[in-house]
Amino acid sequence: MKYLKQFLIILTISFIGEILKELLPLPVPASIYGMVILFVCLLSGIIKLDSVRETGKLLIEIMPVMFIPAGVGLIASWNVLKPLLIPVSIITCLTIVTVMIVSGHVAQIIIKKGKNKEQM
Amino acid sequence: MKEFFETSAFAGVTISLMAYMAGVYLKKKLKLGLFNPLLVSIIATIVVLAVAHVDYDTYNEGAKYLSWLLTPATVCLAIPLYEQFELLKSNFKAVFSGILAGVITSLVTVLALSSVMGLSHEEYVTLLPKSITTAIGMGVSEELGGYVTITVAVIIITGVLGNIFAEIICKIFKIHEPVAKGLAIGSASHAIGTAKAMEMGEIEGAMSSLSIAVSGILTVILASVFANFL
Repeated sequence: MKYLKQFLIILTISFIGEILKELLPLPVPASIYGMVILFVCLLSGIIKLDSVRETGKLLIEIMPVMFIPAGVGLIASWNVLKPLLIPVSIITCLTIVTVMIVSGHVAQIIIKKGKNKEQM
Repeated sequence: MKEFFETSAFAGVTISLMAYMAGVYLKKKLKLGLFNPLLVSIIATIVVLAVAHVDYDTYNEGAKYLSWLLTPATVCLAIPLYEQFELLKSNFKAVFSGILAGVITSLVTVLALSSVMGLSHEEYVTLLPKSITTAIGMGVSEELGGYVTITVAVIIITGVLGNIFAEIICKIFKIHEPVAKGLAIGSASHAIGTAKAMEMGEIEGAMSSLSIAVSGILTVILASVFANFL
């Protein structure tokens, strides 16, 4: 019964996320509302970590395969994408690299500064 | 038999998962980043569907249950985030500066390249939300008057490429701190990249999960400003 109970809690939160998405006029998906709700519930102790942990970890472990249908779906949008293929490819590849470098290094520099201060 | 395969609800998904496991095995044996299980699986499935003349809608009859699990799985990303909450608190400044810098870099890069390559306003706003999670990105693209189908395709391609190249980029550009790695991956390649961050470690996964939510929300606000620039 453990897994069923945990799955029920996770689904209930997903459902509440869906309701919020319906009520609030923001382009935020149900899953993000749900993630915030679960995080707040765990922090405040309304939901204990033990009552979602195993099922949650299972879902996270198999998460990559959930993106396969969306990836395969690219064949369906191939015709729309084709005329823009070259600029889109260049922009996509370069943006990944610039964002990773800037975001990673800004965080890394601030973390290192903090560590140096502690040592002094 | 052929007709049966064309209408089977389990065939497509079974092939996708088998190809995924084959990708995992190949990557382990050959230690090559190119054999990204997600990429192997997507390509193998596309090839099988094309050869067997199965259309995407038929495949999706079974595969939609995989997609269905995405919302509860994304909700569960709160779990590693909660487990790493102490780390988040003690690195608060670094975490939020990193994500904000990532969001601005994404918007600036798209703006610069779009104007260099002479894209139209519609094409430009289509690409603006490319680094964030699909559901938020779709909303942004729609609101700014972009081509939503292309936005979705570009977001998925970004995620898959991020998933494949995250480890290499972090290594080449000397991003060593687990917190910084997670933020970089999440800001650049949302949930699909986060799946990779999760494999790299608990801290990377938690920070990447946080980036999905925060960078998504920041992009909603900042993209509407950036839309005026081209």
